[in-house]
Amino acid sequence: MTPATNAIIFDTVSKIFGDGQRPGLDCVSLAVRRGEFLAIIGASGAGKTTLLRLINRLSEPSSGSVRVEGADVRDIDPVTLRRRIGYVFQGIGLFPHMTVAENIAITPKLLGWDRRRTAARVDEMLNLVRLDPVQHRNRYPHELSGGERQRVGVARALAAEPRIVLMDEPFGALDPPTRDALEQDYRRLHDELGLTTVMITHDTLEAVLLADRILVLKTGRVVAEGPPQALLAREDNAYVRDLMQTPRRQAERLHALADRRTPS
Amino acid sequence: MTSDPRIADALARLPDYLGSHVLVSLTALALGIAVSFPLALASARRPALRALLLAATSVVQTIPGLALLALFYPLLLGISALCERAFGTGFSALGFLPAVLALTLYSMLPVLRNTITGLTGVDPAVTEAALGVGMTRRQSLTMVELPLAVPVIMAGIRTAAVWVIGTATLSTPIGQVSLGNYIFAGLQTQNWVFVLFGCLAAALLAIVVDQLLALVESGARTRRRGRVIAGSLGLVLVVLGALAPALSRPGATIVIGSKPFAEQYILAALIEQRLNAAGLATTRRDGLGSSVILSALAAGEIDVYVDYTGTIWANAMHRTAAGSRDEVLDGVTNWLAQQHGIRTLGKLGFENAYALALPRRRAQALGTASIADLAPHAQKLSIAGDYEFFARPEWPAVRDAYGLTFREQRQMQAEFMYPAVAAGDVDVIAAYTSDGRIAQYDLVVLADPKHAIPPYDAILLVSPRRATDRALLDALQPLVGAIDVTLMREANMRGTSGGGGSPEAAARWLWTEIQGIAGKRSDGSR
Repeated sequence: MTPATNAIIFDTVSKIFGDGQRPGLDCVSLAVRRGEFLAIIGASGAGKTTLLRLINRLSEPSSGSVRVEGADVRDIDPVTLRRRIGYVFQGIGLFPHMTVAENIAITPKLLGWDRRRTAARVDEMLNLVRLDPVQHRNRYPHELSGGERQRVGVARALAAEPRIVLMDEPFGALDPPTRDALEQDYRRLHDELGLTTVMITHDTLEAVLLADRILVLKTGRVVAEGPPQALLAREDNAYVRDLMQTPRRQAERLHALADRRTPS
Repeated sequence: MTSDPRIADALARLPDYLGSHVLVSLTALALGIAVSFPLALASARRPALRALLLAATSVVQTIPGLALLALFYPLLLGISALCERAFGTGFSALGFLPAVLALTLYSMLPVLRNTITGLTGVDPAVTEAALGVGMTRRQSLTMVELPLAVPVIMAGIRTAAVWVIGTATLSTPIGQVSLGNYIFAGLQTQNWVFVLFGCLAAALLAIVVDQLLALVESGARTRRRGRVIAGSLGLVLVVLGALAPALSRPGATIVIGSKPFAEQYILAALIEQRLNAAGLATTRRDGLGSSVILSALAAGEIDVYVDYTGTIWANAMHRTAAGSRDEVLDGVTNWLAQQHGIRTLGKLGFENAYALALPRRRAQALGTASIADLAPHAQKLSIAGDYEFFARPEWPAVRDAYGLTFREQRQMQAEFMYPAVAAGDVDVIAAYTSDGRIAQYDLVVLADPKHAIPPYDAILLVSPRRATDRALLDALQPLVGAIDVTLMREANMRGTSGGGGSPEAAARWLWTEIQGIAGKRSDGSR
């Protein structure tokens, strides 16, 4: 648990919202290793988004501390911190009045990159998420399909060369083939660029297939964590067992169907 | 179509009226935006301030435009006087400044409300994303929230532009030349071509400015720079076109004032013709409010105009007891000279007094020849007066002197008062003795045996700074004592479109008559 090996550390972090509307967190401790892909799963209202927002100071903890790359986030200017961390928003959050290129270039622009470097980076990012730069550069978000928009969202998050990427249900609301392709592509990027990724999803299968490690949240508490295989094998917690068994049952049913159709 | 001389006349005044109108309304709009925009930004995230600002601007909006404009004159006059005392130099409280300030207040609500609505209407997911990618609050505002709010903000600016251009027509009575000059003068002289011309010109201007702003807005929204440039260029051209006549106007001119009724327009035209004939440059400030015009003369914002002794006696000097014509004239002359340094050049020769009048047949039926005869019948009768009459001190004076109590008391524009009494809609009116319509409608003017109504001799007044201007005084001297009441009544008939003429034509006719009389006099003396 040294700063050198851990990208993000939560030390007994609690978050209480005064309005009682938004889900809080209750004494969460966790460590995300450098280069790790962590998936956070749990029902809606479990506090997944709250946890993510604490990492780049879109929200402040009520107690406990959050450390990013060895430093307490309270000691880092929030704007500087956010420019260092990629963020893929739930519902994408592209700026509707900016072109694809301008959306992707936003954080480099805020960081004061020169034009040529930014333009080159935009094209590089578009290629990275498999969009043709010439075709897509000057289009507006409303002219794109859902999958294309999501790719631009990922490209924007990666544009300023972050080492940490936070993703809030990035691939929800996509049709299955697009979603599958995008998931594979992102995992490839994660490995190639040596990123640390924290991804929220409510799809257990996605978490199992993509993540190195899964964290299960329930009403603001961590109820289980571990590599996918280990969690799949766990029988001691009914909540975790139900959550993890869904993809397994689906897989078994799929197998059964396939077996029946194969002539013996 | 253009054969109507009134259209040619209207077109000749267009550069001046339109230019001033554009100048005053666009200045007010620019100022309104400059003030409300930062206020809206500051209050977008402060609900308490927001509620306060919106409430305050809404209250301003409920004040009638005419009243708001009128209120700024005394306010600025006071401030100007304080300034003069403190710094030794005041500023003009007439015309441009009060008009701009009042219209600025008027333009604030739509700009403020739409900017706030536009900013609070931005999708929270987008502002969250703006913070998430590392924008500061200010960057989020300028790079994301404002660009997204542009259509709503521009809609507010367009509303404000249309409001201001429309309301600016009401700035005529406080001395700001505008397209309202057509409307005010047209109403007073029954020149409906003028009224219509003023309305159409103001509407057209509003539409043009609105469409140019729409072009800028659509350009900004779809990010077509060509449209933004074309729209802005159009607005700049409108402003430059408006400035051209103002810039080409000679600097040191004599400013002639007039109150908003036909006789005053004719006399102002007469003065202008005389001064121009003497080679003096002139400008007109027509249709000034009765309470505004004297202080404007005292302050040197206008140089010459015709007022009436009774008006100054009652309104400015607050005297209730009336005296003889000469006593009042002497009193007024001395008071004006001592109090304001205003020079009274002399009587024109006629009186334009208030007098109670009713149709001849009605008067015979009631058997009334004087106000005293009317008193017993008053309770069954209704009386109409102009907007000023019932608020002036002579109304309670005449009422109390004769013990008058009317069944009903109505205020209406003079143009409608005469036909109304002739048609029997009202029984008695407070008419003007020099009005041509007394003869036209065959009215009887009731005698005032108790002299409750002060005399209203028309007098030529000259501002303190022109009080010793020889050229000016010499050019005006021939008018002193030259116009008797029958001459003025005839001129007043001719000066209205109902009489088939214009104030200018009536003024020219008046001058030839004055010369004719003078000629006959000198012939006789020979």
